[in-house]
Amino acid sequence: MDLRYTEQEQTFRAELRAWLADVLPSVAPEPHRDDWKNRRAWDTGWQRMLFDAGYAGINWPKEYGGRGATPTEHLIFLEETERMRAPYVGMNFVGLLHAGPTLVAEASTEQKAHHLPSILKGDHVWCQGFSEPNAGSDLASLQCRAIRDGDDYVITGQKIWTSFAHIADYCEMLVRTDTEVPKHRGITWLILPMDAKGMDIRPLRTMEGSTEFCEVFFDEVRVPVANRVGDENDGWRVAMVTLSFERGTAFVSEMLQSMELVRDLADLAKKVTRNGATAWEDTGLRRDIAHLSGELDALWSLTKRNISEAQRTGFVGVGGNVFKLAYSELRQRLGELSLRLLDRASLSLDDVHELPTGKHIHGRIHALSIGIAAGTSQVQRNIVAERTLGMPKDR
Amino acid sequence: MDFWRTQDQEALQDGIRSFCQGRFPIESLQPIEAAGGRLDRAAWRDLAGVGVFSLRHDGFSITDSALVFEELGRALIPGPLTATYLAATHLHTVLAGADSGERIVGLAQVAEPVTMAEHLLDLDSLLILQGDSIAVVDPNSVPTQIVERPLDPLTPVHVILSTTGGEIVATGDIVRQWRREGAVLTAAMQVGASFAAIDLAVEYAKGREQFGRPIGTFQAVKHMAADMLVKAEVARAATYAAAVNLDGNGDDDLDRAVSVAKMLAGDAALFCGKIGIQIHGGMGFTWEVNAQRYWKRAVVLDTHYGNSEMHADALAGSM
Repeated sequence: MDLRYTEQEQTFRAELRAWLADVLPSVAPEPHRDDWKNRRAWDTGWQRMLFDAGYAGINWPKEYGGRGATPTEHLIFLEETERMRAPYVGMNFVGLLHAGPTLVAEASTEQKAHHLPSILKGDHVWCQGFSEPNAGSDLASLQCRAIRDGDDYVITGQKIWTSFAHIADYCEMLVRTDTEVPKHRGITWLILPMDAKGMDIRPLRTMEGSTEFCEVFFDEVRVPVANRVGDENDGWRVAMVTLSFERGTAFVSEMLQSMELVRDLADLAKKVTRNGATAWEDTGLRRDIAHLSGELDALWSLTKRNISEAQRTGFVGVGGNVFKLAYSELRQRLGELSLRLLDRASLSLDDVHELPTGKHIHGRIHALSIGIAAGTSQVQRNIVAERTLGMPKDR
Repeated sequence: MDFWRTQDQEALQDGIRSFCQGRFPIESLQPIEAAGGRLDRAAWRDLAGVGVFSLRHDGFSITDSALVFEELGRALIPGPLTATYLAATHLHTVLAGADSGERIVGLAQVAEPVTMAEHLLDLDSLLILQGDSIAVVDPNSVPTQIVERPLDPLTPVHVILSTTGGEIVATGDIVRQWRREGAVLTAAMQVGASFAAIDLAVEYAKGREQFGRPIGTFQAVKHMAADMLVKAEVARAATYAAAVNLDGNGDDDLDRAVSVAKMLAGDAALFCGKIGIQIHGGMGFTWEVNAQRYWKRAVVLDTHYGNSEMHADALAGSM
């Protein structure tokens, strides 16, 4: 076991660092979060810069235009871009990390040729139409119906939690094509052009106040059969293939932000006062902050372990679920610590009275979503118990 | 970077696990318990025979040692394992025979509210760790008071009434390193004990039926088991990271890495011990079921080289 980076990895880091130092000064400030037009331009503009420099699709195979980097190089990429405060993947997320890799594995030659380059260049933004009001944790029970009519599928139904639907060009979509078979076997994976007629896209405001989530309503929306990826009714398998691409890097940027948040919290505790002393002098508070900071170090080690496992075997084992469960719970406690420390100042979503409340309170709210998104902690625990520990299913 | 066991490390760990399963099956603990926790010298020599105490002289790293100690912890092997290993590693000339199993070396850390020594009656040498020095004393002549009913019947203890005297055998850097290695190897044993507690609880939950089905089908039970695994896996990552850094194969601050490992491994072992008992229900509270033994050992090991809370405070000091 060795935690040091190889010469090749160090070279990769040094070159990336030099490139970032060179280009980041030319990147405009991040647009306001509700300024969708400029946000799209900003996110896709950064993607284009990555493309031109050979960093787009860092983990994609070279034959499809990616860099073919190892999981460790991917880790270094995320580490350096986060540390140097480069733009985040933003609305390129679904295209680069979800739909794109699925197309790489499952799409036809024509589909790949049409879509992969435009994702890598930032020309097209993708969104995801998987969840439905009645299909959340039980995703396979989805009901959005697609009926074959000649060379088209005709879609009627609803999707929810579709991030960036109102500005996306394409949607990776799961639809019900057979209602007579067990739920997993009647699902089909489609490429939906977002300019198709018959769609109603409504923003869904989160408790954080952001509006990237959408509900999408479908009323006889026609999608060519040629847009199907994989066979009809084989969409569940196609969607699951995506999960096998995870190489342990999913939360690296999040993790680094949390580590910074804890350091900031410690600094803040040394400044704010309570009972006539600094909050840092409060043993309970200080110990809790230190404990969290230690846990984050451990999760950073776990991340490296997961990435190393992926590098060895091609897959992340239980470590991926373990990370998600531990991190979700830790972030909640980190958020609660922020509230304890800021006390009445936490009532402001913006910085107040020269205190950095904005960052900490937004962080606290954000933490409420982590144990829900991409598989609730309860579903994760079932998976760990059944698949790793071999406990019996209750069905 | 390659933070995964090498083939050699896998073979080493698997080999020690097989040895422990054959020589120290969990049933073998009961006669030791019945004998008041007295150590079996032949068994101790067998541990030395497979190289447990001489790992470092035989060219193995601290990381390799952690993998071995994880297995010793999993098997709940009683005795002053870390102290004898560290004596063989760092005080080879003063305490000859530690590596071969001829000399059983214990260590008492001077502490508040009380200083205690484990397995005193079986020790050939007792080390007293205080501040940045280690002294060696004769276990037969040090003033002590026996603890009649030890919490962990596999870990008999004496109160040390006077910690003065003895010959100073290590100071400064050696002691600093001793504490780090002791904490990491203890953490490795805590990780091993955590996983053993999980295995036992999961096996029970698969077989035990209530309401007409195995209790392992209930999500309430599954989620407890999953939470155990989460704590143990995170602690394992921290422990290996500390060991790798101590070997010089990482860039992390050593004291921080060690404290993170000991803190989280302590938390994990206590948690897995506790939840292991809970999953066993009423049987978990009985003497005959082994669930309790993991919890009791977890309590013992948490007090070695600073408990979880002390390491959290040490981390605070570094922030």
